[in-house]
Amino acid sequence: MDFSVLRNLISRYCAGEEYWVDSRTVYIGHKEPPPAAEAYIPQRYPDNRIVSSKYTLWNFIPKNLFEQFRRIANFYFLLIFLVQLIIDTPTSPVTSGLPLFFVITVTAIKQGYEDWLRHKADCSINECPVDMVQQGTVVRTQSSKLRVGDVVMVREDETFPCDLLLLSSSHDDGTCYVTTTSLDGESSHKTYYAVPDTMDFKTEQKVDSLHATIECEQPQPDLYKFVGRINIYKEREDPIARSLGAENLLLRGATLKNTEHIYAVAIYTGMDTKMALNYQSKSQKRSAVEKSMNAFLIVYLCILISKAVINTVLKYAWQWSVDRDEPWYNHRTEIDRERHVVIRAFTDFLAFMVLFNYIIPVSMYVTVEMQKFLGSYFIAWDKDMYDEELGVGAQVNTSDLNEELGQEHEDLFFRALCLCHTVQVKEEETVDSIKRGIHLGKPTSFYISSSPDEVALVEGMKRLGYTYLRLKDSHMEILNKDDEIERFELLHVLNFDSVRRRMSVIVKSSSGEYLLFCKGADTSIFPRVVSGKVEQVRARVEQNAVEGLRTLCVAYRSLSPVEYEETCHQLDDAKLALQDREQRLAQAYDLIERDFTLLGATAVEDRLQEKAADTIESLQKAGMKVWVLTGDKMETAAATCYASKLFRRSTQILELTKKRTEEQSLHDVLFDLSRTVLRQRTLSGLSVECQDYGLIIDGATLSAVLKPSPESSGSGNYREIFLEISRNCSAVLCCRMAPLQKAQIVKLIKASKEHPITLAIGDGANDVSMILEAHVGIGIMGKEGRQAARNSDYAIPKFKHLKKMLLVHGHLYYVRIAELVQYFFYKNVCFIFPQFLYQFFCGFSQQPLYDTAYLTLYNISFTSLPILLYSLIEKHISIETLKRDPTLYRDVAKNSLLRWPVFLYWTCLGLFNACIFFFGAYFLFDNTTFTSNGQMFGNWTFGTLVFTVLVFTVTLKLALDTHHWTWINHFVIWGSLLFYVIFSLLWGGIIWPFLNYQRMYYVFMQMLSSGPAWLGIILLITISLLPDVVKKVLCRTLWPTATERAQSNRPCLTVELSTIFVLTQSDNRLSF
Amino acid sequence: MAPSYNAKEEDGHQPGATGHGGAGTMTNKKPDNTAFKQQRLPAWQPILTAGTVLPAFFVIGLIFIPIGFILIVYGLTLLIDYTGVDMSSPCYNCSQSYSWNNTQSCTCSVHFSLDQPFESNVFMYYGLSNFYQNHRRYVKSRDDSQLNGDKTSLQYHICTLNRCSKECEPYRSSDKPIAPCGAIANSLFNDTLELYYIDPNGSRTAIPLVKKGIAWWTDKHVKFRNPSGNNNLTVVFQGTSKPVNWRKPVFELDPLDSDNNGFINEDFIVWMRTAALPTFRKLYCIIQKKPNNMTPTLPRGEYILEVTYNYPVRSFDGRKRMILSTISWMGGKNPFLGIAYITVGSVCFCLGLVLLSIHYRYGKRNNSAEISS
Repeated sequence: MDFSVLRNLISRYCAGEEYWVDSRTVYIGHKEPPPAAEAYIPQRYPDNRIVSSKYTLWNFIPKNLFEQFRRIANFYFLLIFLVQLIIDTPTSPVTSGLPLFFVITVTAIKQGYEDWLRHKADCSINECPVDMVQQGTVVRTQSSKLRVGDVVMVREDETFPCDLLLLSSSHDDGTCYVTTTSLDGESSHKTYYAVPDTMDFKTEQKVDSLHATIECEQPQPDLYKFVGRINIYKEREDPIARSLGAENLLLRGATLKNTEHIYAVAIYTGMDTKMALNYQSKSQKRSAVEKSMNAFLIVYLCILISKAVINTVLKYAWQWSVDRDEPWYNHRTEIDRERHVVIRAFTDFLAFMVLFNYIIPVSMYVTVEMQKFLGSYFIAWDKDMYDEELGVGAQVNTSDLNEELGQEHEDLFFRALCLCHTVQVKEEETVDSIKRGIHLGKPTSFYISSSPDEVALVEGMKRLGYTYLRLKDSHMEILNKDDEIERFELLHVLNFDSVRRRMSVIVKSSSGEYLLFCKGADTSIFPRVVSGKVEQVRARVEQNAVEGLRTLCVAYRSLSPVEYEETCHQLDDAKLALQDREQRLAQAYDLIERDFTLLGATAVEDRLQEKAADTIESLQKAGMKVWVLTGDKMETAAATCYASKLFRRSTQILELTKKRTEEQSLHDVLFDLSRTVLRQRTLSGLSVECQDYGLIIDGATLSAVLKPSPESSGSGNYREIFLEISRNCSAVLCCRMAPLQKAQIVKLIKASKEHPITLAIGDGANDVSMILEAHVGIGIMGKEGRQAARNSDYAIPKFKHLKKMLLVHGHLYYVRIAELVQYFFYKNVCFIFPQFLYQFFCGFSQQPLYDTAYLTLYNISFTSLPILLYSLIEKHISIETLKRDPTLYRDVAKNSLLRWPVFLYWTCLGLFNACIFFFGAYFLFDNTTFTSNGQMFGNWTFGTLVFTVLVFTVTLKLALDTHHWTWINHFVIWGSLLFYVIFSLLWGGIIWPFLNYQRMYYVFMQMLSSGPAWLGIILLITISLLPDVVKKVLCRTLWPTATERAQSNRPCLTVELSTIFVLTQSDNRLSF
Repeated sequence: MAPSYNAKEEDGHQPGATGHGGAGTMTNKKPDNTAFKQQRLPAWQPILTAGTVLPAFFVIGLIFIPIGFILIVYGLTLLIDYTGVDMSSPCYNCSQSYSWNNTQSCTCSVHFSLDQPFESNVFMYYGLSNFYQNHRRYVKSRDDSQLNGDKTSLQYHICTLNRCSKECEPYRSSDKPIAPCGAIANSLFNDTLELYYIDPNGSRTAIPLVKKGIAWWTDKHVKFRNPSGNNNLTVVFQGTSKPVNWRKPVFELDPLDSDNNGFINEDFIVWMRTAALPTFRKLYCIIQKKPNNMTPTLPRGEYILEVTYNYPVRSFDGRKRMILSTISWMGGKNPFLGIAYITVGSVCFCLGLVLLSIHYRYGKRNNSAEISS
């Protein structure tokens, strides 16, 4: 494994120079070109090995440790630990070393295991068998051994091992059919062509005799672009040069279909393949909560440092006089005295840092990790998100982002196709049975087609009595109503394209008649129709379109043999054209497809996944902006958007498509649109009625928008304008997107000035890069494979589950983790600030207020479990309410619970409480006897008193925040208080033989035996909790949030249902 | 099957055993419909509203205010500063002529009078201020295992790695190991206080001061122990030297009571419990109430406090005090606790009233707003 990495590196290094060259030359079968042609330059390319693992056996420990300590928190704890080891500090190094060691070890084991899995996966891919042609025979070899220039044989249903250039196929015409589902999500079969000059090399021996070189561009990620040239050398003849395009290139990840076998030559291998270039590495995603947490952390770090600095400065100011520095009762040691004052001051500074370092506890990270890990189980356990049909529940792949679900997703992406769960024929008016060329009826009689619509049409027809049997020897066979087989000879297929928006077939019926059948969008058919029930059909089509169905018109034209000959001629001419082939074909089609007789119209309902529309509606109500990114055609995508209520009838559609930019310059179009939108905005300031905008943009235009334009001012501008437009649109539809473009859009939006949180949801492999790019990636465990689900952070069985995922789990998790983070900072302010205050009363000598055991265990055991439990099962509002009212989501949107004012409130509360603890205890102890028997307490009793008040206060504060008291809550909250008492009794109860100090001996018990201590503890707890209770009550009464309203309304729900909740009820019916 | 890129996409994700293993294992199983897993455990769902909090506020107010009054009223304390800072004060001379090597002790008498009789047991404290017993260097400078009677810590002169802990620095040893070692022990309070009642007829009556029971029982009997093996403490402490500032060795601390010598001397134990704050008091002795119960322990009248002035505090601007106090189950007189209770009680009561008005005014408005929307 290691050698391979090394080899890879070397080969890359060697090839490094070559990356500067624009093209690469591939020698098919590694055969040198004839000396006359050109110099043979053997080039080195990466091999076909896939490496996705991060570590090797040797570098695991250093690399992993390095990566772990790059986390600022870990590094901080390491520093503290080292300081404790080196200098004489108030607390023992064990207090910080042990937790750190634990955290690091657990993380390392987890990451090591994951990398081991990756190694295993890599191995299985790299060892996949491949058929390679060598010396005229087929040799089985491992995928990773494949080199550029190797000739490969691929059989039907096999996946291409790398990017290949098609040389020949088992079909006579040199074509092969390929499905690129896992690549770009299009389930259609695409046709690829071999260069005519190589398509006769149909056997191993022949292919081996092929002598040619290929010049092509360096690998680039665009799936639909490829430019190259093949030079074929024949003996004693000039080499023939043929141009190569994307239609010759078979991409890794695609699968061969309906073709027995092909021969092809490897062009791009390993990490150079277009798939690999389109694949984005899985980077660590950080949630907004984590970002806030880190920001707070930095604030606390500043507080910590300033505390230490203040204390150090004050210390030296205070002990300026020798009587204070070294009174007769408290001399320094000789060694200490000899030390330079600067070193002493620095040591003091570090000692203060160590003393106060508990303000940023390791345990917070552990608790947050635990919360995320354990919390994710609830998502997986949710039976509402379990799908009977697929037999799967929700899956959580990244637990780091649970709370992110509770963030507003300014933009929500999903691919339209994933909604098209089933396609169903709604209506069929065709008089005649129309057959389409590329349908292939398998004996098992299920249909594969380039579009689900066509499958639907054929299946629909089957139900109406016309069964399409098969295509055999260019004859299509149809079983009609009377169980008779009709045969049509398929002569030509005039493929569909988005400009013409129609397709045709020319068939010869058994009676010898030449017929041309055409189907297409109504707008493209009607102008070409000369007869038929035009008006009637038009009315029907319009009606269907309003219903949200996808309509097609069908027409035919019968050709006389002469006309047919002419047509053939035109087509062949165009097909053989080397230049402008597309254009000439289009011209030919245009000539042929005319003078139709209208037959009828079909309408296909694009049935969305269940409750998709409802889900989208809820999401919009919850304040999210929805974008649709799809590889589909614009029409299909737009229809889906209407069906899913993303676009309404009232929505004004703004188009930003290739068609428009061809008419006008991109610049003008953009400015037009932004003017429209902006005018609207200024108007809407006055009128209540707000025009709804929907934006449609296609891939080509998008890349033009994103492309840095030659004019220096241009690029940024276009982006800004585009974002500005989309910001004002309620929904945006991006069609004809390449996988990487989807990710680009996500990136673009992420970088826009509001820094919205993005969520991407999709089900296909083409959605992977987008899912990886977005803040939160959700995969649907769809029928198109599981890649999306595997690369996502969360996987759900159906689109509708997104609603519960976001509105319920997201909301709850966010509330939970926000409280967790804030509470942790709060309780550590309460914990450490008294210690800071104590320094003012102990001569800034770093004397800890609390005993070591309390310092260590405070965060680990006395106060950790209640908050962990809270962060797992708190439910401040019922799940039903959350589901019923998506607007509640707005309460937690935009990270509202972790904003600075909230943080400030918690910190101030912590400071207030800390002052109460400390000064309360101070005045209780000051100049008075605190016991019932006249004996006095010492400094450890003082600390224990403060600590007892502290533990009770912070635990009760959490109890006040808990809205959902299950028996577990009772158990843990009261249990942890009880544990504190029992531990303290035990800790002070005996002389611990292994300790060299016995300062806590009977301290706690003595304290409890004193009446004033009880009175004091009760008093201080009451004072500490009072402000928070008052604040809660006042805010709830005077400025209630929607959530709080919903909470207080719960009791009267049953009583006033009929009057108040009429609106909500009707929603109910929709969503349940 | 040819290699597929799909597998690449799986990197690290074995089907069904995905990265964060958590959910992976549940994949092909219908989730259990248990209350816990579906987050539907039965729960009490309290909401803090003005209505629910109101009674609590009133109750707290009604309980706290009386407690406060009891705390404020009860208890008697008398405090006498005998440092001798002023020229006029009787101990001025003593405070000036201080030297640790003084063999001759300086005594001074302070006159004071009691306006109220002190009933029941009276506790006598000495108080120091500006004395940082809680300084870290000072707090550390002790050896608990030595005080617990560990003989080894008495024997070692030259320190080995583990024993003779650094704790006692810089008062660990002079030429022999010091017993008891450390800064705390070294600075033991050594003034002697005596109290005399002046009868109306002018004669002085010494008031009996009991030294028993001034230290925690557990300290005296468990935490502090003399090294065992010999009942004769002189023998036990052979080979050790007394702390630098002490006039007599540890086994001669109490010449009157042989059970009060060595590490278990109660004055010593009291001193060893380091105070929390720089101004502190420590129990000096107890004046027990008279058996007949007819006359108060300390009747109203004139008293003399006789001080054997040994302990220097002027160098660090400290003060020395003598405090007489009566103690109940609620401790000594504690004005802070009483005032705090009264304040908190009143605040709660007032807040209760405020909330009551808010509850009536806004509680209804919210409900109506809910209906209209």
